[in-house]
Amino acid sequence: MSDPIWFTPPPRPSRPPEAPKKAEPKQVDIIIDGRPMQVPEAWTILEACRSIGVDTPTLCYLENLTPVNVCRICVVEIKGARTLAPACSRKVEPGMDIRTDSERVRLSRKMVLEFLGSSVDLSTAPQAQSYMNRYDAHPERYGPPAASTVAGERDAREPGHHHTPDGSHAATVHQPVKVDNDLYVRDYAKCILCYKCVEACGSDAQNTFAIAVAGRGFDARISTEANVPLPDSACVYCGNCIGVCPTGALMFKSEHEMREAGTWDESKQHKTDTICPYCGVGCTLTLHTQDNRIVKVTSPMDASVTHGHLCIKGRFGFEFAQNTAEPKD
Amino acid sequence: MDIRFHELEADAAERDAVDSVLGPPVSAWAGGIRDIETEGHSATFGGHAARSQRDLLLPVLHAVQGRFGWLPPGALNYISRRLTVPPAEVFGVATFYHLFSLTPSPPGVIHVCDDIACRIKGAERLCSELEGISVPQFTWKRSPCLGLCERAPAVMVSQAGENPRLFSHGPVVATSEIVAAANSTNGKPEGLESLRRSVPQAGQEGLRLIRRIGRVQPDNLNAYQADGGYAALKKALEMGPEGVIREVLASNLVGRGGAAFPTGRKWEAVAKAAARPHYVVCNADESEPGTFKDRLLMEGDPFGVIEGITIAAYATASERGYFYVRGEYPLAAQRIGAAIEEARAAGLLGENIFGSGFAFDIELRRGAGAYICGEETALFNSIEGKRGEPRNKPPFPVHVGLFGKPTVINNVETLANIPLIIAEGGAAYAGVGTSGSSGPKLFCVSGHIVRPGLYEIPFGRTLRELIDMAGGVPGGKGIRAILLGGAAGMFIGPDKLDVPLTFEGTRAIGATLGSGVVMIFDETVDLADILTRVAAFFRDESCGQCVPCRVGTVRQEELLSRLRSGRTIGSRADELALLKEIGQAMRDASICGLGQTASNAIESAFSNLNPIPGGKNGA
Repeated sequence: MSDPIWFTPPPRPSRPPEAPKKAEPKQVDIIIDGRPMQVPEAWTILEACRSIGVDTPTLCYLENLTPVNVCRICVVEIKGARTLAPACSRKVEPGMDIRTDSERVRLSRKMVLEFLGSSVDLSTAPQAQSYMNRYDAHPERYGPPAASTVAGERDAREPGHHHTPDGSHAATVHQPVKVDNDLYVRDYAKCILCYKCVEACGSDAQNTFAIAVAGRGFDARISTEANVPLPDSACVYCGNCIGVCPTGALMFKSEHEMREAGTWDESKQHKTDTICPYCGVGCTLTLHTQDNRIVKVTSPMDASVTHGHLCIKGRFGFEFAQNTAEPKD
Repeated sequence: MDIRFHELEADAAERDAVDSVLGPPVSAWAGGIRDIETEGHSATFGGHAARSQRDLLLPVLHAVQGRFGWLPPGALNYISRRLTVPPAEVFGVATFYHLFSLTPSPPGVIHVCDDIACRIKGAERLCSELEGISVPQFTWKRSPCLGLCERAPAVMVSQAGENPRLFSHGPVVATSEIVAAANSTNGKPEGLESLRRSVPQAGQEGLRLIRRIGRVQPDNLNAYQADGGYAALKKALEMGPEGVIREVLASNLVGRGGAAFPTGRKWEAVAKAAARPHYVVCNADESEPGTFKDRLLMEGDPFGVIEGITIAAYATASERGYFYVRGEYPLAAQRIGAAIEEARAAGLLGENIFGSGFAFDIELRRGAGAYICGEETALFNSIEGKRGEPRNKPPFPVHVGLFGKPTVINNVETLANIPLIIAEGGAAYAGVGTSGSSGPKLFCVSGHIVRPGLYEIPFGRTLRELIDMAGGVPGGKGIRAILLGGAAGMFIGPDKLDVPLTFEGTRAIGATLGSGVVMIFDETVDLADILTRVAAFFRDESCGQCVPCRVGTVRQEELLSRLRSGRTIGSRADELALLKEIGQAMRDASICGLGQTASNAIESAFSNLNPIPGGKNGA
């Protein structure tokens, strides 16, 4: 009698099985500033530039949003193309010969910065300021900036005919700041219309659709429906629009008030990463503290859970940590 | 999508205006009353089904504007519910178009064209007269070019109500005419007579594109067919799609909207595109100042254009077409709409055309006052119910077009050429004109000219010949300047009168044919005033999306004002250098053709004509 045949299972794997290998991304040959290189075909020109340390300025681009290519500051020259191309959204193509610092590129970048600098208040946009220095932009070339309009005037403008300017002032978007809730302010005198807040409020992050671009041309603006105050709109106060705003047009009310009072001092601020205490999702919070008080909350763009986006609790619900008032009985 | 709506509710009349386009709401999802008995807990008509109707946003806004003369907030809220579009986005779309009003206004509006062609024919005088009088129930507004340049100065009158009225009128001799027209109960009938006034060649031998205009009844399919109409479609169906594309390629036809892209190559790319469905779009959003050729083609020979678009659909395997007519062309929209219905009734649109198994139908869409929607990708967004903002290219429409699908988009005049090409053969068609520019071409002649109107000549004739055909400058005055190609084109001087009117000929002198505008200015014209209006036009019509165009057009206009007033910043030479830099940035860095060409006419005037003479150095 022979031994019974026992089925022996294979030994337990010591680690989980590996995922099947992804196909190698197809590489394309391109040239950036005379440097031949190979990059994956799904890349944009911006990604290719950044991979070799070519610093390309961007204002309306953000890693966690769909590129809208409206600010046009990232334009590059492609050999043989009639116009410049936006690096942030244009995909690489085989044989592209790209110049990122030609005279045409520098002129367009300078002019975009002058156009913005002469029409928008960039005082809380350090990034834009540094670009202005780099490209030698002189917004004062267009004359003294026009004074602020009264509240609501710009919001009521209809598309079409406008009054012919006399050229004595450079038209601006200056207007009073909108303070209509306790959490954040909207200072559209600082808005460069980069569309980021609309994207973050819409399908790129929050899917709330409380704001959209309204109006046309120079009178285009970010608006709620019929320009109602935020509390009457669909806004859920997630603050993701603040998180993506590149110019400080959207700002924590706490920051806005401290800036008004002259007490905002970033050199005295600390950033501390922690995990949001509210629910089980585990969002990374970056607490900005000054004089041991939380003054602002953000989330790192590369945090795998949030990609930089938060909800109202994580973003604004921090007062309990520093409310020293005696509890009432 | 979880959308929060206003509490402002539409009243019965507002709901009725919206429902006149969308039909009554079938479920609570779409603004109706929730009936738990029939609907249960699942939505019978919600989510995707409701959202897929977003392309009806513009037609619905038109219906409400037409009924009330403005867009009441309650109606906008109801539209949001019906189409499941967030209220903020509906507001964003409604505020994009200048024929919509968001504030209560009188039911009647007189839109007075004060653009260049009307300007030199006394539009400013009309405006100042209107300033002084009041017409009950009416207000007036300045308007960019209404495309009635051969009948300048012109107005368009809109009157809201149960049966909204919209009609154009020109030339206006006195304001009393406008008042009388506004108060008349029925608009002036526009028959063959008025077409013949606008097309001085009407009825002449040897015409091709405009041979029917002013001769054959435009609103009668039988008359069209008796004149040889629909023979080309029949022939095309026998040739097969590849055969049609082969002929169009052989004809060397290029687009007549201004960009001059080879039509056959566009069709070929869409025919080969794997994604389905394919769309074909007729771009009838002709808004280039000085251009009126597409309007007269649609008013005078609507079936010719429809036959052209049908052949385009057959060649590119498209089942659905869109006809996007600009909002300021009421008669053209009405004629095209009626022609589509008549063709459908006769089996020339719809299922199984000519018994060939080929199915195709067309939807008519009306713009609402936005030059930018003539840009092809902006036009797609406008049809889709979004703001008319151009998309970045690539991807091109032949790959990713309307609703993200491969799309052929052609200008009206381009499509009107198609039946000719099919009928006479691509090679024969290519024999007309020059080797670089084939076929007949329409020119819109206006300004200081004895017989303004639409002219057809084969490519290759000179500008001088065309001006002579139109009777020359009245009063024997000299020519100061000619605007070629519209506001996005170039000013040239009288020294260039012998330029051949071809793509290559105009390119050789640094100009462009553009959309076929030839606007003549005699020596009395205030060119600085004309340039200021061109600058104002681009500022008004910029969509505002990209920085170079949004701010550049404003800075350009301000700079012109400084030059005119003499209060320059720095020297005059500094200002002229800055003007060039602004132009360069707009040309290089703008998203679309509007920004890229917004400085063309102004810069060309400065390099050719010294429009604003300076101090001792001149320009």
